[in-house]
Amino acid sequence: MDTSSRGELAPMKHTKVERRSDREVVVTRSFDAPARVVFEAWSNPELFTRWWVPKSMGMTLRSYEMDVRTGGGYRLGFGDGMDFFGRYLEVTPPSRIVWTNDEGGENGSVTTVTLTETDGTTLLVMSELFPTKEALDADGGGAADAMHETFGQLDELLVDLASKS
Amino acid sequence: MVQYVRTELDAAFAALSDATRRGVLEQLGREQASITDLADRFHMTLTGMRKHVGVLEQAGLVVTEKVGRVRNCRIGARRLQEAAAWIERYQQLWDERFGELDQVIEELKQKEKSDGHEQSR
Repeated sequence: MDTSSRGELAPMKHTKVERRSDREVVVTRSFDAPARVVFEAWSNPELFTRWWVPKSMGMTLRSYEMDVRTGGGYRLGFGDGMDFFGRYLEVTPPSRIVWTNDEGGENGSVTTVTLTETDGTTLLVMSELFPTKEALDADGGGAADAMHETFGQLDELLVDLASKS
Repeated sequence: MVQYVRTELDAAFAALSDATRRGVLEQLGREQASITDLADRFHMTLTGMRKHVGVLEQAGLVVTEKVGRVRNCRIGARRLQEAAAWIERYQQLWDERFGELDQVIEELKQKEKSDGHEQSR
């Protein structure tokens, strides 16, 4: 099937975030490509690092090492002692990658990415499971901490909402 | 203190998981109301509404105040900010990442096409 990727596909590209339990967050998103292509973009370090650090994060990736296979390790360095690192618990092309986020120490989460292909489209489900609910609350999406701007805008909106009451 | 804030956050998420309570919050965002007003508006018994407001109040999302025989409810902004901001930040980060990932994927697809029929399974 050779569908052109234009506006009509936009709704499925919505990034859905749910807190499924007090220690698990699940992100769902569809991609207009077969699973092997999506998997390639996650498991090839050069490709992965192109999208993992979006400009709006305001952070620059200084170095990276990724040994993407079961039992392999990874380390993403941002300078100033800010490194993200861990181990791949499972790498099964083209459908599953599971890794630990060890920079969080005992509170580190385990991330599981599952890719399911249907008619050339891939549904990505990413679960981040924390050891405790306290660890989840304290984390706030790891690197998402860098995104103060959005946080500030939302604060304003809510304060505005409250002041009308 | 940190522990206290986290417990509050959990209560807020639990409170927000219910559609009626989200409706009540939205309503209180527009104007403050008594429990009786809210029960009427949501076609609910006073007891039922009292329970919902109680959950919201415990989570710090709503503040109530007794004025004479009426219990007035208004939105409690600070806690709502914390709970909503957590999800919002997480969503924002992943949405940004996936936007960039779309581009990488598009390039891979183009490359596959131009490489001819080097079809991998």
